[in-house]
Amino acid sequence: MNNGVFAPWRWEALWASRQEFIDAFFVTVEVSFFALILALFLGVVFGLFSSSHNKILKGIARVYVEFFQNTPLVLQVLFMYYGLLYAGVDLSKTQIGVIGLGVYTGAYISEVVRTGITSIPYGQTEAALSQGFTHLQAMQHIILPQSVKIALPPLVNQMVALIKNTSVLAMIAGGDLMYRSNAWASNGTLSYGPAYLTCGILFFCLCFPLTYFAKRYEQKLKSVGNSSDKEVGAK
Amino acid sequence: MIKLVNVNKYFGNLHVLKDVNLEVKEGEKLVIIGPSGSGKSTTVRCMNFLEEPTSGEVYIDGELLTHRNKTELVRKTSAMVFQQFNLYPHMDVLHNLTLAPIKLQKKSKAEAEELAMKYLGLVGLADKAHVYPNTLSGGQQQRVAIARALTTQQKIIIFDEPTSALDPETVQEVLDVMVRLSEENITMVVVTHEMGFAREVADRIVFMDEGRIIEEGTPEHFFTNPENERTKAFLGKILRQ
Repeated sequence: MNNGVFAPWRWEALWASRQEFIDAFFVTVEVSFFALILALFLGVVFGLFSSSHNKILKGIARVYVEFFQNTPLVLQVLFMYYGLLYAGVDLSKTQIGVIGLGVYTGAYISEVVRTGITSIPYGQTEAALSQGFTHLQAMQHIILPQSVKIALPPLVNQMVALIKNTSVLAMIAGGDLMYRSNAWASNGTLSYGPAYLTCGILFFCLCFPLTYFAKRYEQKLKSVGNSSDKEVGAK
Repeated sequence: MIKLVNVNKYFGNLHVLKDVNLEVKEGEKLVIIGPSGSGKSTTVRCMNFLEEPTSGEVYIDGELLTHRNKTELVRKTSAMVFQQFNLYPHMDVLHNLTLAPIKLQKKSKAEAEELAMKYLGLVGLADKAHVYPNTLSGGQQQRVAIARALTTQQKIIIFDEPTSALDPETVQEVLDVMVRLSEENITMVVVTHEMGFAREVADRIVFMDEGRIIEEGTPEHFFTNPENERTKAFLGKILRQ
């Protein structure tokens, strides 16, 4: 029998277990989706905190960002898994994945949001305040819509990183795509070749459209005449 | 209408406003002149609390302006035109004008747009309603900014060096609009270096230097017979140009 890494019979075995891969794929999609929502929410909130003039809010945002950016994600997830187990909090692995990845990516997204906000000239905020908008309304109507164009490329990078980082769930047997691919191969036929290749292709199918459409959207935004540089350069 | 009482302002250790007392009356056209760094801009920025005084009080229609009520009070009374225009670059001209009336004054879209078109017409830019600000010249952008201030229909418009960032050839078109405006019953507070404009439009001129009000009076008093040596020196320099 042909025992090559990609031998045809290995592919047949994989095809027979396709449902396992499909299930795993949807676990990864589910974790990514909800983690992303959490990350965006935390990212915007802490991004607003760190670009505000309030020293306490700024401090809170700083601690959050530095803590989660400077410790490994694997450690955070393992810590949550075993820590919560000991504390008697019963969360599913999917929930741990959503919270772990959401909080971790939120720290990065908050930096993206902060950069986006602070790159808009302060005169824009002043114009809004002089019209009677509150700080929050100024953010909502005037600053954030302009920040999107600047923040979008790094934001998509973070989204893609989040999807790929779901593979960290393999460490706690999370039922995600990475874990199942690995488990399927090591438990039975040792068909790592097809398993990993399939796993990679499925990740690619998730991430590539995201980067592609983000690029298209970014170009569309740029073509709308709205550079704020010219205003400042008019002097 | 606006009253500053013993206003002091520090930026760090820098004492930029020193016991400024100033009252602007309803309908008045007040022009503030003075050398760079004399505190003119800071003075008018205290009137809508873009800068909060370190000490002293600001009253609007007799009501004390505080950190707590500033948004509400500013929303009801004043609009501002900036040196750098500060139009919203992600919105077309019409949307720039209607944003605040729709979101803050709860006007209907149709009502706000009708007002906006009226004031765009007044500044001579009705045909630019649907273009984005960065396609306009500096002078046009500033006229749009004036129309934006007018569309909020506030009683007071504060101009903070509205022509200082403009090319010399577009300064006049903005000044013309402001002169036309001065015939309306709007209270105007204008920080400017344009002495011709001050002379033509001002009911009263205030001269500031080093954070203090040095002298105030009618244009006639100022340009024919200023009392203070600093005022004389400043006017001498600027009028000779």
